Amino acid sequence: MSAKAVIHPKLAEHLAGYDHVVVSYADADGYPVNVATGFRVDTETGRIDIDRFEAPDVPGDGTEVELTFSHVRPQPGVGYDQRRYVNVWGPLATASGRWVVEPARTTGWDEERVPFFEYCERNVPRAHRYMEALSAERGVEIRPTLPLGWRLFLATRVPFLTATLVPVFLGAVVARAHGESAWWWVMLAFLGAACIHLGLNVVNDIYDTESGADEANVTPTPFSGGSRVLQHGLVSPGFMRALAVGFFAAGIGIGLFLAATRATEILWLGVAGVFLSIFYTAPPVKLVYRGLGDLAVAIGFGPIMVLGTYAVVTGRLDGEALYASLPVAILVMLILYVNQVPDRHGDVQAGKRTLAVRLGARAVIGGYDVAAIAAFALIALGGLTGVMPAWTLLALLPAPLAVKVHRGLVTHYEEPYGLMPAMGANIGLHALVGLLLILGYVLDVAV
Amino acid sequence: MGGLPEAAERVLDAALVSELTVVDGRGRPVTYPLIPLYDGEKIYMTSSVLFSRKLEHIKANPKVAVSVTDAGATPVDGFVRVTVQGDARVVEDDLHAGWESLLPLWEAKEPVIRKFVRQRFALPLFFERSIIEITPRRVLLWPHDGNPEVVEIEEAA
Repeated sequence: MSAKAVIHPKLAEHLAGYDHVVVSYADADGYPVNVATGFRVDTETGRIDIDRFEAPDVPGDGTEVELTFSHVRPQPGVGYDQRRYVNVWGPLATASGRWVVEPARTTGWDEERVPFFEYCERNVPRAHRYMEALSAERGVEIRPTLPLGWRLFLATRVPFLTATLVPVFLGAVVARAHGESAWWWVMLAFLGAACIHLGLNVVNDIYDTESGADEANVTPTPFSGGSRVLQHGLVSPGFMRALAVGFFAAGIGIGLFLAATRATEILWLGVAGVFLSIFYTAPPVKLVYRGLGDLAVAIGFGPIMVLGTYAVVTGRLDGEALYASLPVAILVMLILYVNQVPDRHGDVQAGKRTLAVRLGARAVIGGYDVAAIAAFALIALGGLTGVMPAWTLLALLPAPLAVKVHRGLVTHYEEPYGLMPAMGANIGLHALVGLLLILGYVLDVAV
Repeated sequence: MGGLPEAAERVLDAALVSELTVVDGRGRPVTYPLIPLYDGEKIYMTSSVLFSRKLEHIKANPKVAVSVTDAGATPVDGFVRVTVQGDARVVEDDLHAGWESLLPLWEAKEPVIRKFVRQRFALPLFFERSIIEITPRRVLLWPHDGNPEVVEIEEAA
């Protein structure tokens, strides 16, 4: 909230919520003097009437004073909330025996209008300017820091590895249901896939920073808006490039070894997976900038990983494994699809034409509903027709989470932070459905 | 010790929010609501580098005022409005951890801050902070309407 204008009706209404004003001016020694007093906003003249007060070096007419309106609500045992304040500057004048201030400039913050996290993000450039100036003054680089482990954890977005865990182990249990198992090879496949996934996350940050998409996004959440490690100056671009190269080198190396020792099909699946991972964000392809990111994620974290692991165990590809991968593919796609909603204002500024940018709220929510229904229909159809074991019908149980996501989208489409529970539920939906599909296959073998 | 009037000390000890007023490059007052921390001698505040303009103003002109005016956010018996004028110094030898020496005083007023500090990885720049150390020079107290009581503070030896 910031403006350079006479009092706006909304500001007048806002100021009515404060019970006193603090008048600030400089005394004869140059020290500020703060005096609390009563006030009244005259909406007709746009002036603020303030009660006269007694204080040292009371300012005369024409002196520019500052009026501060400030409020917090105490929360015993916690601290406080409802933080808001308004600063108004203007010349003091006397009219009808009262002091009046005609606002010339205002600024302030109300956490109900600009959430604290957004307020912080909007000020990140200021933080960097300050630390750069401090660095120049001291001749030593001063930058924010966290322990290396935290920086790696943030930069790679490790918690999102559930998106890899589910398809890899789904491929493994489908193979087990077909009478074959090779768990050490599965663990190696997971390691390789995880490296590619983490590499994808890092590359995504690098290119979303270069394009300006992450910087333009001032409402990041734990689920969207990138890791922010570059925006916050926690690591350098060079560190991120080295990290990406390391992850892709390790992932590709493992993939080549698996292709050479287990099945040549893995080579082609791996090539496709690496291509999608790098060019998800990287130029010149930039799939996600073209609205193809959702499809890329569905293919990569669905059929490629499920079939790849199946091939690692059995040495061949399989129709049932492909079918089992489809609901997982749709649900992982929906993670990205929903997470793009709060990012869309920043994305549009960077030319990132995601589906959330291209479509209106109604179409996005409708698209979510259709895709979620399709995922559960595939599970039901597969379980009922025998394409997948009947136990996999257990994976229908988390369906109410999809309803929660739908409701969250309907209610909080315009509120990035209000959307967080829905985004969390959506990630949980993918993980739970995936784990129950895996459990279904395990039970099919065990029972 | 700094010798602030007892009424001012009680208010500073209890206040959840105060108004820190600094002077900008054009001589105009600029006010920031901040939580005041009082150690019996000096008033301390901390400022994230995210909101560092006040620090630049203080470095250019150390004359500041801190007022406590909101009775509703100052859980203390016998509340009086207080303004402390003083000289401020920005302490930022260690932006990352130097301010943590003030955590006990901060936590006494805002217990949830300890939890936030443990989760600082979620908002790392917010926890890169400078300390604003204010040496009181003069105290204005308004126990009643009308003229304030003015108490000059002698400089500690």
